[in-house]
Amino acid sequence: MNKQMSPADVVSQIKDGMTIGIGGWGPRRKPMALIREILRSDLKDLTIVAYGGADVGMLCAAGKVKKVVFAFVSLDFIPLEPYFRKARQSGSIETFEIDEGMLLLGLRAAGWGMPFMPTQIGLGTDVIKVNKELKVIDSPYDDKEWVAMPALKLDVALLHADRADVRGVCQIKGPDMYMDEQMARAANKTFVSVEEIVETDFFAQGDESRYVFWERSLTTGVVHIPGGAHPTSCTPAYGFDVPHTKEYNASAKEGGFEAYADKYINGKTEAQYQELVGGLDAIKAIPLPVY
Amino acid sequence: MTTVAKDYTLAELMIVQAAEVFRNDGEVLATGIGVLPRLGASLAMKTFNQDLMMTDSEAYLLSEPNPISGRKSHEGQKSETWMGFSRIFDNVWSRKRHAMIGPTQIDKFGQANISALGGTYEQPKIQMLGVRGLPGNSISHANSFFVPSHNTRVFVEGECDLVNSIGYNPERLPKGYVMEDIDIRVILTDLCVLNFKGPNFQIGLQSVHPGITVEQVVAATGFELFIPENVPTTEAPTEEQLEIIRGLDPQDWRSKQLKDNPPGDRS
Repeated sequence: MNKQMSPADVVSQIKDGMTIGIGGWGPRRKPMALIREILRSDLKDLTIVAYGGADVGMLCAAGKVKKVVFAFVSLDFIPLEPYFRKARQSGSIETFEIDEGMLLLGLRAAGWGMPFMPTQIGLGTDVIKVNKELKVIDSPYDDKEWVAMPALKLDVALLHADRADVRGVCQIKGPDMYMDEQMARAANKTFVSVEEIVETDFFAQGDESRYVFWERSLTTGVVHIPGGAHPTSCTPAYGFDVPHTKEYNASAKEGGFEAYADKYINGKTEAQYQELVGGLDAIKAIPLPVY
Repeated sequence: MTTVAKDYTLAELMIVQAAEVFRNDGEVLATGIGVLPRLGASLAMKTFNQDLMMTDSEAYLLSEPNPISGRKSHEGQKSETWMGFSRIFDNVWSRKRHAMIGPTQIDKFGQANISALGGTYEQPKIQMLGVRGLPGNSISHANSFFVPSHNTRVFVEGECDLVNSIGYNPERLPKGYVMEDIDIRVILTDLCVLNFKGPNFQIGLQSVHPGITVEQVVAATGFELFIPENVPTTEAPTEEQLEIIRGLDPQDWRSKQLKDNPPGDRS
C-alpha cells in the first residue's frame, strides 16, 4: 500500500466543522506545513484539540476555528500566543479548557473506545464549573466523586514525524513523542508530514524500530515535506526559529495576521514559504534549544 | 562547617529558600518552574536531599541536575531514564512529585490562576496560558508557589478570577475529601515565606526576609494573614550554598530574575 500524498490531498479530506487533533507541544514538532495548507483553504468551523502553539494561534487568526480544546496555548519562549489571546479576548471562539493530563485521558478514552475516563483532576477548581460538557459522577467503588473526562474523538489527526515509509510506518527520533501516538489512536484518519521518506528496510536496522510509536494501520497518509515543522522545532533535525516566531508575535501588535499571512502563506507554495524564511538549508541549520 | 554569607542577593536568598521546601521530601520528582525555583530544586538535590529526582526540562530524568546557564547542548548530561511528557503525568498521578510554580494570582485558600484575568470566562480581559497542569498537580501531589513580586494583584482579596488549582476552600471541597488530602506547602515571595499553618489552613507568615517588616507584608497582601507571635527573619545563605549556586548558574541568570536585583538584606 502506498499512502504517500500531497498537502492538498490531506486538506481535501478535511470538512468544515470537523474535529482536528494537532500533534506536537507548544513550539515543538507541529505539522506547520499542513496547517499552512489549511490556512490557504476555505475550511472553517473547525474544533482544534492541541497542546497548542502557533498552530492554534494561526488557525484562530485566520477565522478557521469554532472551538479550541486546550490546556495551554503558548509559544514557550514567548509565553503567551498573541492570536489565541486576541481570539479569546474578543470572545470569538468556544473553549473546552482542561488540564494537560485530562487532555491525554480524553485521547486515551477515544483510542480505547471508552466514553470517558474517571479522574480526580479538575475537582475543586473552575474547570468543572466553566465547562458545561464536563460531568462529575459517583463511583461504584468508593464514596468519592470523580470527574468523567469525555473521550476526545478526532475526525483527523495531523502530525509531523522525522521519517516514514510509504506504508505509513512513522518514526519520531526526537526525545519526546508528546501525545502524538495518542492523537493517532484517537483519530478516524491520521495524516503525517515527514522530513524524509525511507525504504521499509530502514526500520530493520539497529534499534530504528524502537522509535516507531504507533502501528501503520493508524496512518492514513504520509506527506513528504522536509522542514515542514518550521517555525517549530523538529529535534534532532532542527530547533525552533526564534527570530521568525518573534516576527510572527510582533505582527499581532503591528500589521496583523493578514500582513504576516500575505508575506509568507497566502498564494504561496510551501517551497516559496521556505525560500522566504531563508531556505531549507537554513531551516536545518537552526540550532536545537538547550533547556 | 558552614559560613553564613554576608554579601548575597535577594535572588540567592530566594534560591536557598526554594531549596528548603524540598528538604524533607525524600525520593520525589522536584519540579521548579522558572530560573530561581529550578536553581532551588537543583541546590536541594546537590546538598541536603540527594534522593530528589529532576528532569532536564525536556525528556530525561537526571542523576545530577544540569546547570541552568552556560550549556550549549544536552550532551554529557547525567540522564538516568526517559521522562517524556506522558510519563510525567504517570509520575504526577503516582503522587511522587513536588512542584514549585509562579502563579499570576493566589487567593486566601491557596487557589491559584495562570489562565485568564478579568472580564467573563467567555471573554476574558486578559487571556494568559490556560490552566496547564495546575488542576492535576494540585490534587495529586505536593505544591509550593513562587512569587517574585509580592503585591495585592497577586495575593487577591477575593477568589482568583479563574480557580485553576484546588486549595483549602471548604466551599469547593469535593465529596469524599478532607482538607488534609490537599498538600500546599509554602509560598516563597520576595518579601517573606508563607505557609498554611494558621488555624484551618489559613495562610500565615513563616519568616520575613532581612530588612522587611511584618507590616510591609500585610500591606502587600489582599487577604488577612495569620501572624504568629514571633516571626523570625529568613536565614541568610551560606558561603557553601552560594558556591554551589554559582556552579549551577555560571552566567548569573539569577541576577536578572528580580527587578533591580536587590541585595539579600534590605535594612
